[in-house]
Amino acid sequence: MNAPQARSGDYRLPMHRRRKAVNVMALALSLAAMAFGVFWLLWILLETFRLGIGGLALATFTESTPPPNADTGGLANAIVGSLIMVSLATLIGTPIGILAGIYLAEYGRGGWFAQVTRFINDILLAAPSIVIGLFIYAVVVAQTGGFSGWAGVLALAVIVVPVVLRTTENMLALIPDSLREAAYALGAPKVVMIKSVTLKAARAGVVTGVLLALARIAGETAPLLFTALSNQFFTADLSKPMANLPVTIFKFAMSPFENWQKLAWAGVLLITLGVLFLNILARVLFRKKD
Amino acid sequence: MNIDVNSMPASVAAATREVGGARGRMVDAAFGWLVRGAAALTLLVLLGIIVSLVFGAWPSIKTFGLKFLITAEWDPAREIYGGLVMIYGTLVTSLIALVIAVPVSFGIALFLTELAPRWLKRPLGTAIELLAAIPSIVYGMWGLLVFSPILAEYVQQPLQEWFGDVPLLGALVQGPPVGIGLLSAGIILAIMIIPFIASVMRDVFEVTPALLKESAYGVGSTTWEVVWKVVLPYTKAGVIGGVMLGLGRALGETMAVTFVIGNMNQLSSASLFEPGNSITSALANEFAEAAPGLHAASLLYLGLVLFFITFVVLALSKLLLMRLQKAEGKRT
Repeated sequence: MNAPQARSGDYRLPMHRRRKAVNVMALALSLAAMAFGVFWLLWILLETFRLGIGGLALATFTESTPPPNADTGGLANAIVGSLIMVSLATLIGTPIGILAGIYLAEYGRGGWFAQVTRFINDILLAAPSIVIGLFIYAVVVAQTGGFSGWAGVLALAVIVVPVVLRTTENMLALIPDSLREAAYALGAPKVVMIKSVTLKAARAGVVTGVLLALARIAGETAPLLFTALSNQFFTADLSKPMANLPVTIFKFAMSPFENWQKLAWAGVLLITLGVLFLNILARVLFRKKD
Repeated sequence: MNIDVNSMPASVAAATREVGGARGRMVDAAFGWLVRGAAALTLLVLLGIIVSLVFGAWPSIKTFGLKFLITAEWDPAREIYGGLVMIYGTLVTSLIALVIAVPVSFGIALFLTELAPRWLKRPLGTAIELLAAIPSIVYGMWGLLVFSPILAEYVQQPLQEWFGDVPLLGALVQGPPVGIGLLSAGIILAIMIIPFIASVMRDVFEVTPALLKESAYGVGSTTWEVVWKVVLPYTKAGVIGGVMLGLGRALGETMAVTFVIGNMNQLSSASLFEPGNSITSALANEFAEAAPGLHAASLLYLGLVLFFITFVVLALSKLLLMRLQKAEGKRT
């Protein structure tokens, strides 16, 4: 560096150095924050795998939940119960969500009813899931006189609807209006236009929404605590309390019994794997069609 | 667009033939009402939630009124109920979560938008989003069995040694350092909401017009100055909206908190190491066994309070995000 240049920039040098230092520090902190976030993900996943694999055996899938300190036992009743409730909840919630999403994107658009529905959907999307459990308790359990699998199904369905609704609307909104106009120009009624043009074009996105909703309810515990409750026996009767993975995990993890804790870890591993799989599937599906 | 436009007219025409004419008009109208009904159903659900909570909580609302919110006593034997301990627990754990999560999320968003090389952006963004997908019960169990012993030994005990005798600060670190209590619940909540806040922040940072950023870089700003003085002010409303979204999550989270908060109805000290209770964990633990009557009604009252708090937080965040969108609309 030659002397004249150094002199002309002289008075700025300390400030410049300080700004540089602040910048480097901030960027280093940002890097640390990123590492911090990834660190938790890795730690949780690693521990879940390490402890979960120990509890995983063939008996986990074939035997029902054991009494404390038993030598055998598995999670079969809880796994089956969860599968039944989650699939039924998805079957009930998905059509309602898709239809309401169609309303918002194709019918209501900017009208006041659509605006209100959109706002309410956001409230439902953010409502604490335990409050939804309370609601179903008051409406179903208290009226029918007992905890039941159906109550659990309904509670989960209430969680599915806003997720599916939101994604369906967003995906339909991405479809350009020129496609709609093209269908109308051929003389297609609105139903046909929606069914064979817009919904078809938005199919991948809608399926993604359903998968995300599935992933969301697969691990939901709070709304099942006082709707489906739990059951230590195998049952496919939805009018009785029904075993399910999350509540079983909750009960077993909080217990002091070693065999229960081991099964809880196995259950947590199963749920984590399932949820991550659904999420990754949803991503792959959506990106390919994009 | 993945639709094959060439084949479309044929398929549309076929479907139109199927429901053409007068029958088509009827089907059309029926479908219109069907979708309207589905939308109305969401309204009904919200209405149902509010009505059933108010109705169920009514005995307690009538007995205790608003004093419920400032009474710390929760005594099923004497039929005296107050929600202060739980409301305090919910607010304090969420506050701890925000204090940790907001700066970290900001750092992550900054990293993902300004620093990360292109090939790293996607996998890291996905990793953060997957963190959001992990069910809360996993966080809870991990928090109780893996995290809290480590927190007790390597964080709480040293903190107690260093600050235990310092006035004011010392009061926060009293109590048994067992890793279970308000602090650990707050930390777990922070880990849970970081992905939510970080992805909203990243998304709003990305909508900052490149022109603005380039202008700032052009006059010689450092990356930090661009983010702090240009991007952040520009996206302020969106960032606050994202923080509110995370706050809403934290307030309503049940399982992660129930595992580690300790579930003790006490408010004897300001210490963050003490076990406490939150609205959600009180509900999770007591509601299924509560006797019908005042006990159940008081728990529903708590649920109503929680719903109200999350509603206000969400409405605020929506308002802020909406204002951002409006501002965006004006500029373009």
